[in-house]
Amino acid sequence: MPPLEIILPALVNGVLTGGVYALIALGLTLIYGVLHIVNFAHGSLLMLAMYGAWMLVSYFGVDPYLAVPILAAAMFVLGWGLYAGVIGRISRGEDRAILLATLGIAIVLDNLALVVFTGDTRTIDTPYSFAMIEAGPLLLSVPRLISFAVALVCAALLWAFMTRTDTGRAIRAVAREQDGARLVGIRPERIFALSYGIGVACLGVAACLLLPTFYVSPQVGNAFVLVSFTIVVLGGMGSFPGAVVGGLIIGVTESLGGLFLGESLGPIGISLVFIAVLLLRPAGLFGTTR
Amino acid sequence: MLEVRGLSKSFGGLAAVKSVDLDVPQGSITALIGPNGAGKTTSFAMIAGFIRPDAGTVGFNGQDITGWRPDRIAAAGMVRTFQITQPFAGLSVVENIRVGAFLRTADPDAATAKAREIGTRLGLGPMLDRNAAALTVAGRKRLEVARALATEPKLLLLDEVMAGLNPSEVNEIVALIRDVREGGVTILLIEHIMQAVAALAGQVYVLAEGALIATGTAREIAADPRVIEAYLGHGAAARMASHG
Amino acid sequence: MKRTLPVLIVLAALAPLALPSQFLVDLAMLTAFSALIGQGWNISGGFAGLTSFGHAAFFGIGAYTAAILQTRWGINPWFGLPVAAMLGAAAGAGIGFSAFRAGLRGSYFALVTLAFSEVFRIAANSAGITRGGLGILIPLRPGLANFQFTDRRASYLVALALLSLAMAVAFWLRRSRFGARLAALRENEDAAAALGIHLVRTKTQALALSGAITATGGVLYAQTFLYVDPSIAFGIERSVEMLLVVMIGGAGTVWGPVLGAIALHLIEDTSRSLIDTPGFAPMLYGVVLLAIVAFLPGGIAGIGRRHA
Repeated sequence: MPPLEIILPALVNGVLTGGVYALIALGLTLIYGVLHIVNFAHGSLLMLAMYGAWMLVSYFGVDPYLAVPILAAAMFVLGWGLYAGVIGRISRGEDRAILLATLGIAIVLDNLALVVFTGDTRTIDTPYSFAMIEAGPLLLSVPRLISFAVALVCAALLWAFMTRTDTGRAIRAVAREQDGARLVGIRPERIFALSYGIGVACLGVAACLLLPTFYVSPQVGNAFVLVSFTIVVLGGMGSFPGAVVGGLIIGVTESLGGLFLGESLGPIGISLVFIAVLLLRPAGLFGTTR
Repeated sequence: MLEVRGLSKSFGGLAAVKSVDLDVPQGSITALIGPNGAGKTTSFAMIAGFIRPDAGTVGFNGQDITGWRPDRIAAAGMVRTFQITQPFAGLSVVENIRVGAFLRTADPDAATAKAREIGTRLGLGPMLDRNAAALTVAGRKRLEVARALATEPKLLLLDEVMAGLNPSEVNEIVALIRDVREGGVTILLIEHIMQAVAALAGQVYVLAEGALIATGTAREIAADPRVIEAYLGHGAAARMASHG
Repeated sequence: MKRTLPVLIVLAALAPLALPSQFLVDLAMLTAFSALIGQGWNISGGFAGLTSFGHAAFFGIGAYTAAILQTRWGINPWFGLPVAAMLGAAAGAGIGFSAFRAGLRGSYFALVTLAFSEVFRIAANSAGITRGGLGILIPLRPGLANFQFTDRRASYLVALALLSLAMAVAFWLRRSRFGARLAALRENEDAAAALGIHLVRTKTQALALSGAITATGGVLYAQTFLYVDPSIAFGIERSVEMLLVVMIGGAGTVWGPVLGAIALHLIEDTSRSLIDTPGFAPMLYGVVLLAIVAFLPGGIAGIGRRHA
């Protein structure tokens, strides 16, 4: 059993990363909650956003954290367009069609990235990439701290939007009862596109937050798909608090998994958690049974 | 053949079925009627194994089948049809019926032959090789019955098999059901169309708001004031009586 | 499907054996291979409607079985076929039973299969028996007894033989009781149960059969290309390849996987001669998948098909 000095930082790192994971999961759970589709393109869209952030930083010299609003807006438009142009058209209510449509988008995006950017991993360098601050016995990475804080702020903003604005309430109405919402004048099709856009915008934010401490390559999408699904299933599909709690738990699981099982075996922890939740309690922590 | 005692089910806080008792004698046609939302289809679903009852027992041919899976109950000889027809849309009519036939035989040729025979007997002859989705509502109802018959059931549960049919189609189905009974199959049916119930059923059970409020022959329950009230509202029986 | 097309396909399949072109044999080999594993996926994904995103799990089990049996225990590679089939079936039964008993279907089922294949991949990456990320290199020892051939035509012949077996299974499904039950539960689970079909058991059997066939494809791969590593065996690209082949060709049909494999490799070959960057051809696959889902859900086999 490794000493506390090693476990504690791993734990803290896990929580900090978990905050950003929560943001990724929020987008996914929003899309599921409103459209009832499992967005297999989520990982690939995150990968695309990360390339976008990388380009903003590398070619235009924008600070990754200042790039957040830019990328969020850009991803929102992309998501909205993807739904309106592709997914919405293909849906036609059939379950498997939607499943395959999002998979198709993922395949196209993953390989588009491979063609345009090649398979090399890309990273960014900022003046504070390796900055640390001391907090008691711990040495905390500044970028991770900032990312965590921004993630939580955005989650809070999203929460406020969903509960206090008319549009947010309309979205929740459609999520709960489509026909009823239609009766009070809300247009579900528009809400679907909007929700998909917001879900993808979350990825735009997350991309900027991940880039300082992570790397981007075309394979990154696949890696994040399973992580984000595990979080959402663990927290409960469609549950906001579930995505946040799930994100933190998985962040810690990943960190401790890497610590105890090593670099290559570490990721198995997440897949095992995923399988366990699906088989034993598919509703997750906060979800309702389907 | 069928003995239901104290069947009950609640959803959330709402009691959908409250302690229902039913007896279906072998070789009879028994009807379960009642206003919409009375709990008839829920009762069917519990009897046929699709919903687990909160309380009560279902006895079939002397065996307690409460809580059995639907496929096990079907294998034992009780098969239900669905109120909203559930054809295997991607398959042809004969392929649909074949699935039922396969419950009793593993031989593909025997199953096909039986499916064609039953399909023709139920008036689906010309449509046998066409896609089931191409059938009219009346055709789909016949398909539901044909499919169920192919499993050689002892007891057939028909859920509103006449809903959506015009009067001449109703008459055809009535004759069809009589034929099925002649063939040795006991029938329990849910129905709204009173003429059909009167023409077919020996015993009628009336369900309202989840509880059994009357039972008897069709004539008896039609005159029963509690039944009239259930359909027409509180005080209706008295008003009708006073109007003479 | 009209009578003429299958005949044409069979003739086209046999042609590379007679013609002198090495390129044709290589292309045909890859196509037959894709068709074989596609047919494996088709059993559960097409006929039974159980969309899996993790079929590489079964493929990889087959490939590693072949590799490990030979290199570690010196067992004759032909034994790899039945052993792999059994292990593939066992995996299918295990994954299937746990997933179906838990009531997983649709997207959730697709997700859990993906998770299982990932677990296998990560485990293979760390385990000693699979030599981890290094992979297993099968020593070159050509000869019929060693299930290795210098002439690609011989490998191709074996591929055709295995494919024919898989096709025979598909033909059997079209007629048999088991196949009718799969179609029933694919179309409408409630109605299927009402007619006496045990849903969990039937679905599990479908996945087990599918796993067995897919695993034999893994053995074929190992014996033809002589190298197996975790991402070749269990990578998501493999799962996607199987799915694409079936969806493009026509799910739930006997000839679908063959048509899909032909289409896929034609696309790849043509696009590679136009633009030879990695990722370009797979990107086209994604576009084709979207087009199929939007405009031609029955795949190529569904063109002009009518239950009139």
